[in-house]
Amino acid sequence: MAYIKVDNTKVNKEVAQKLIKICPFNAFEYDDEMLSINANCRICKMCVRKGPEGVCTLIEEERKKIDKTQYKGILVYIEQLNGKAHPVSFELIGKAKELAQVSKDPVFALVIGNQVEHLANEALTYGVDKVYLYDSPLYEHFNVERYTNVVEACFNKHKFSTILLGSTPQGRSFGPRMAARLRTGLTADCTKLEMDTNGDLLQIRPAFGGNIMAKIRTTNHRPQMATVRYKIFKKPEAVKPFGQLIKEDVKGINDHTFIEILEVLNKPKSKDISESEILICVGRAFKKQADLQLIEPLRKRLNADVACTRPLIENGWFDARHQVGLSGRTVKPKLIINIGISGAVHYIEGMKDAEMIITINNDPNNKLFNISHYSILGDLYEVLPRLNDLLEGENHV
Amino acid sequence: MNIMVCIKQVPASSEVKIDPVTGNLIRDGKNVKLNPFDLFALEAAFQINEQIGGSIHALTMGPDSAIRVLKEAIYMGADKGTVISDRKFAGADVLATAYTISQMIDHIGNFDLVICGKQTTDGDTAQVGPEIAENLTIPHVPYVKEILEVYEDYVVVRSGYDTHDEIVKVTLPALLTIEKDANTPRLPSYKRKKAFKDSDINIIRFNDLKDQTLEHYGLLGSPTQVEEMFSPDTKLDSKAIKGDAKTMAKGLFDVLKESQFI
Repeated sequence: MAYIKVDNTKVNKEVAQKLIKICPFNAFEYDDEMLSINANCRICKMCVRKGPEGVCTLIEEERKKIDKTQYKGILVYIEQLNGKAHPVSFELIGKAKELAQVSKDPVFALVIGNQVEHLANEALTYGVDKVYLYDSPLYEHFNVERYTNVVEACFNKHKFSTILLGSTPQGRSFGPRMAARLRTGLTADCTKLEMDTNGDLLQIRPAFGGNIMAKIRTTNHRPQMATVRYKIFKKPEAVKPFGQLIKEDVKGINDHTFIEILEVLNKPKSKDISESEILICVGRAFKKQADLQLIEPLRKRLNADVACTRPLIENGWFDARHQVGLSGRTVKPKLIINIGISGAVHYIEGMKDAEMIITINNDPNNKLFNISHYSILGDLYEVLPRLNDLLEGENHV
Repeated sequence: MNIMVCIKQVPASSEVKIDPVTGNLIRDGKNVKLNPFDLFALEAAFQINEQIGGSIHALTMGPDSAIRVLKEAIYMGADKGTVISDRKFAGADVLATAYTISQMIDHIGNFDLVICGKQTTDGDTAQVGPEIAENLTIPHVPYVKEILEVYEDYVVVRSGYDTHDEIVKVTLPALLTIEKDANTPRLPSYKRKKAFKDSDINIIRFNDLKDQTLEHYGLLGSPTQVEEMFSPDTKLDSKAIKGDAKTMAKGLFDVLKESQFI
């Protein structure tokens, strides 16, 4: 096992206090002049690296190394619903092709469904080397048990080095199931992916729900797996297909399931803010719902959609589909105007890739200002009425 | 039915910073609370057993001090609480955590339903629930918004996706993850608090588990390793529009006009 060893001969009260302060997980306990580590320890090695020298050491037994050369290729799972692919799948193909240039890997796509050959062909137009198609009436509707069996069969046959899938509601249920089946790691909601020349995928995601990014590596397991949200990466250009479509035999893949879908209820189609080109996003600084009228002239003039932060959902001013952020939608509009938003990291992660960002806020330390192209340090209750005057004045010209 | 509810103790605040001088993580680890998503999981369990009867067992993995959140679950209405805690589990990622919890469930045995919150506020991955189900080789239904029917050998639930809802019948034993706001969680009751203040919480250690292979737990059992932590890069070409409210409004107006948005 791996653990942190504490050399108590070097520990005094001062050293103990220093280490207690360094540990982000509150794992040190100092009793009766003995410093010990409890189960809070996440082995982040902060105490080894930053603590007084020689007090904490990492004790790690060598593990058996796997032969990574046996695994080849980056597989992208093409998520589909009723024969239509989720666009995140193609964004992932684009990213996979970039990564593949570094590791000299081929890029593959996996399509599972009923009568979905057209999706395999669509994947080929984004320049994948091979598409594996598992087409059967059994796979008409997404079933996590059956689909996991397919991925297992496909992996055992082709030994991919990497599997990427969208961090959609389906992907967030399917990905962990696959990872546990294949006994490997899965990093959720990566905001950045890089490839090491040795073929290790560097998975970067916000950690601790805070302002920290973690770079994660799957050191000794294959496949290495990651999920990525919609609109984090760009959709690639279509190319002249050169890849190969491989129709896989579904016979012999276990089709038993304990899950039966009795009914699918489609939600009334409302416009999704993740598709919006121009967004006005409002936050907690609006004191009451009626005050939202202040943005109306600007909204009309820009023909913008309106989105919001979590507190306004909790107030019941908007339904949850309007929320921007890691627990809401990731948006990538041409223009986003943030008005009265505190700028928590979860919000910023959900909109930072907008092409133009304008922020109106009266807090000079607002983190949104760090990512905004235009910053307006002012009170929305003062700025918006003046802006509305200008917009109205123009109408009268 | 016998229901196990997996809950977690999380930091009360998720604010974390990197000290620009020392590079240390600055985190308030002292204040902890029950993961808010788990309240909906507990409430779902209470409502099921109000219909059909049975026992509810709250489970957690973490330090011994996580007993606190188990007590909270008991004050709300759970019958029992068990914590699995051992230094051998330190450094566990999703795979190792889910494996440890499934070993724990296996050790306790005799369950019809495992219920989890949709995600935690600290890890924020929503992955541990489905991985536990896979390890136990039972089906799982995610994002449950409503429990529609409860029988001894199956349940019917409404599961919410982005674009649609599914009405799903799942054979037991099974695992459900409960969507936020699926119900209104009850508060811990004062009466239960008085009655169960000294109730025993079971503690399970590594040695109690069936699988004694150390390589399946903790850091060694974790395929993913955190290599580096850093502050996000926030450099860009940025311009401040300054002045009184009127000047700023004019500045904004001009920018929108120049960029041809208006």
